[in-house]
Amino acid sequence: MWEITLFVLLPLLVYLSGTISERNHYRSLAHRERHLANLPVFDDAHTLSTLYPPTTSKLVMGSVVISFDIFRRVMAGLANCLLGRVESYEALLDRARREAVLRMKSEAATLDAALVCNVRLETAHVFPGWRGAPRAVEVLAYGTALVPIVRTRSVTSASGPLEALARRPLAGPTARPALNP
Amino acid sequence: MLITNLENIPGQRVMKSLGLVRGHALQQGSRMAQLLAGVQRLLGGELGHYSTLLRRSREKALQRMEVEARAKGANAILNVRFSALAVVRGRAELSVLGTAVVLE
Repeated sequence: MWEITLFVLLPLLVYLSGTISERNHYRSLAHRERHLANLPVFDDAHTLSTLYPPTTSKLVMGSVVISFDIFRRVMAGLANCLLGRVESYEALLDRARREAVLRMKSEAATLDAALVCNVRLETAHVFPGWRGAPRAVEVLAYGTALVPIVRTRSVTSASGPLEALARRPLAGPTARPALNP
Repeated sequence: MLITNLENIPGQRVMKSLGLVRGHALQQGSRMAQLLAGVQRLLGGELGHYSTLLRRSREKALQRMEVEARAKGANAILNVRFSALAVVRGRAELSVLGTAVVLE
């Protein structure tokens, strides 16, 4: 009887806790992404040259370490033998990347940045397990936050796109910087 | 000190390039936190202990790089890259590279 408990109930419990934590994480991600949707993020550096120069730049980064629960790891190992695609890994990497970008964005938001450019994502497998299968991943997102320099000039003379962006009451995910005006 | 992963700053010319600067950090987590993270690892989810450990060592590596650049007389570090992450037995090791320059 105890063996059944150990081999059926325990993995089931781990699976359930993993599912619940994944669902909660996705919900919190969606919520925070809506909250920070007005801060544009770019992966190129050319955006800069079209914008008005007086800004300060600062390196911002966000990172997270997320692990696979043991149930998913075993199932992923089985799926690896039978099928091509490993969905539980995909979900985990997706969560980790979104979380890392969000942390980077929230750091930029505390600096009152207008945008973050030149964003790079780096994924590292920590605790490599059996045959190099990862037990956890670390995702680092880093980029350069551009913070408009607040000047005591009149609003009419400050007509650069970045200042317009800084003045704009940021609302909704459509708020983007005016490129190539 | 201006630290960025951009290759150049528009509107500011690079007067002098002072070459590569590096920062390296190795941090050891506590034994207790390591044990707790071991249990957490079975259940899945974020490993908060390792997240903070890596964040702190990354900050320390950046600080060391900044010190090196300052010693060379630079006022900015461009093209910053993070590399070489290793996590072995609760120890996080990583390095950061950049180009020290003098901006006008």
